Amino acid sequence: MEAWFSLLVSIFFTVAVYLLLSKFIIRVLLGVAILGNAVNLLIFTGGRLTRAVPPVIAEDADVLTGPAANALPQALILTAIVISFSFFAFLLVLAWRAYDELATDNTDEMRVAEPVNEPAPPLGY
Amino acid sequence: MAASISPPADLSAALVLAPSTASEWLVILPVGWCLAVGALLVMLRRSLGLQPVIAIAGLAGLVLIDGLLLERVAANGPMTMVMGRWLPPFGIAFTVDLTGALFALVAASVALAAGVFSLADINDSGRRYGFYPLLMVLMAGVSGAFLTGDIFNLYVWFEVLLISSFGLLVLGSEREQLDGTVKYGFLNLVATTLFLVATGYLYAVFGTLNMADIARKAESLRDSAPLMTLVGLYVLAFGMKAAAFPVNFWLPASYHTPRVVVSALFAGLLTKVGIYALIRVTVMLFPVEREEMSFVIALAGALTMIVGVLGALAQTDFRRILGYLIVSGIGSILAGVAVGGPGGVGGAIFYALHSMLVMTGLYFASGIAMRLGASASIVTLAGLYRRHVGFAALTLMLCFAVSGLPPFSGFWPKVMLVKAALDIGAWWLAAALLLTGFLTTIVTGRLFLFAYWREAADQSGEAVPVSAASLAPLAVLTLLALLIGLYPDPLLRAIQSAAAGLAEPSAYLNSVFPAGGSQ
Repeated sequence: MEAWFSLLVSIFFTVAVYLLLSKFIIRVLLGVAILGNAVNLLIFTGGRLTRAVPPVIAEDADVLTGPAANALPQALILTAIVISFSFFAFLLVLAWRAYDELATDNTDEMRVAEPVNEPAPPLGY
Repeated sequence: MAASISPPADLSAALVLAPSTASEWLVILPVGWCLAVGALLVMLRRSLGLQPVIAIAGLAGLVLIDGLLLERVAANGPMTMVMGRWLPPFGIAFTVDLTGALFALVAASVALAAGVFSLADINDSGRRYGFYPLLMVLMAGVSGAFLTGDIFNLYVWFEVLLISSFGLLVLGSEREQLDGTVKYGFLNLVATTLFLVATGYLYAVFGTLNMADIARKAESLRDSAPLMTLVGLYVLAFGMKAAAFPVNFWLPASYHTPRVVVSALFAGLLTKVGIYALIRVTVMLFPVEREEMSFVIALAGALTMIVGVLGALAQTDFRRILGYLIVSGIGSILAGVAVGGPGGVGGAIFYALHSMLVMTGLYFASGIAMRLGASASIVTLAGLYRRHVGFAALTLMLCFAVSGLPPFSGFWPKVMLVKAALDIGAWWLAAALLLTGFLTTIVTGRLFLFAYWREAADQSGEAVPVSAASLAPLAVLTLLALLIGLYPDPLLRAIQSAAAGLAEPSAYLNSVFPAGGSQ
């Protein structure tokens, strides 16, 4: 089960990296969204995968007897989902504003902060 | 019925039963305080006049709290408080040692200086859009990152400071800022995601997120677990946050776009949080892997130094020059991390603290220069010396400090780093450090020559007054740099014991697991 999930995670990462390497902000945004999910799946897989075994300790036992999925990575994912979602929302608005103001979503053409062909520093006066 | 079958619970196995003492609360107070003041500022968002007053008072309080914390830690060793009083590996622990306390205090001082400077730099529109609440939340994130003893919690604080830095960076929404924020935003998000990837793997390997627990378990897992991969991922993620070559491009693309005070704050705090996390993870948690990777880190450090300072040589914009100088400074710190040992790590910590003070001061200077000379480019900026001699003197001192010339704060860490590099026989690293110092002197010398000493073409322009609110923080930071340069002994001793505490974290471990490691 974990092996199949590892493959799935690797596909997610591949797609995310491919999209992140694009010059166009919209594709980069999609890449960011997929990257966040890739990480979540990775942590999820790291927390052991079992089918429908609730981690409940039996009445006469002190510790868990059978194998069950670790609940902590799932809590971590919950945190990560909230964070990556809010970042995605921010970046989406940012990309829209940037498109609005700079009239492009091609990062090669976003040269307002670092203009091309700037004069070289003076050599003397 | 439930009561009849459940045996009496043994709470001592799961909970810290002693109530937290007042000094333990001090460990989380910086974070709680910043969040509380930030929340108050949000509630009072319509009282624009009150905003800076409360924020500056809040930051002064933060300096006081961090100072108390440092005094406590210096006297009694590391302190731990576990949230919810769960026993350490289970609860989220805040553990503060000398390194964390030093970083937190300097960060708070820099933020206080920026708070005062903002009086002259942030107008009503900036206040209305929440500059001060964002500043306080940024400080909560920075303090949390310095004080936490849990690696996932560190990730959360990174995100807290990242989202508030987005808000600060884009405040004003000018075209340049949107452009800069796009690059800053995406690349930093990728960096923190890499950090999360590494942390996910780390939990899968160790089954714990508590740093003290990781440090003591690393030894037994070294043969069976892929720790090098983990550390490699961490170095990449933190290197990206710290703007190390070749993943530094977001910094010079964005740091010159926002308000001056925001640039100054970022210059002092953000890259240094990345450096702090790098030192914490590589030096304290995975020393053996750091040793293995030291050549890679040293190479990245040397390239960061040289590329940074060459970038600075090629710029004309005052703030873009400074952006590249930050990158170059990060390279020096990486060199210290790579060399390791008391000299290397101590030098890295010292350089980071020095860089926080001096780079913030230089950004303040750039703001005042831009107002005095009505230009940001050294091509057109001229005659500042004649306009304001005192301001020119302060800038010159900072220029000396950033170049590593005595008698300022940059000199001592550079000496430590060069000596540490020579001691292990890495002459090329020492040469890179010295060459960088030389080139930095040329960069700042040229800056001073053109912007300050060159006669302005038209002398008729009336004198622009420089407000005390912008000059005072600059003067205080410069004097601190001078003081550290003239009398480095107390700070040096604190840094040496901080570096020793990182190399031999038994005091840190004892503070988290008082019973000597029962689990």
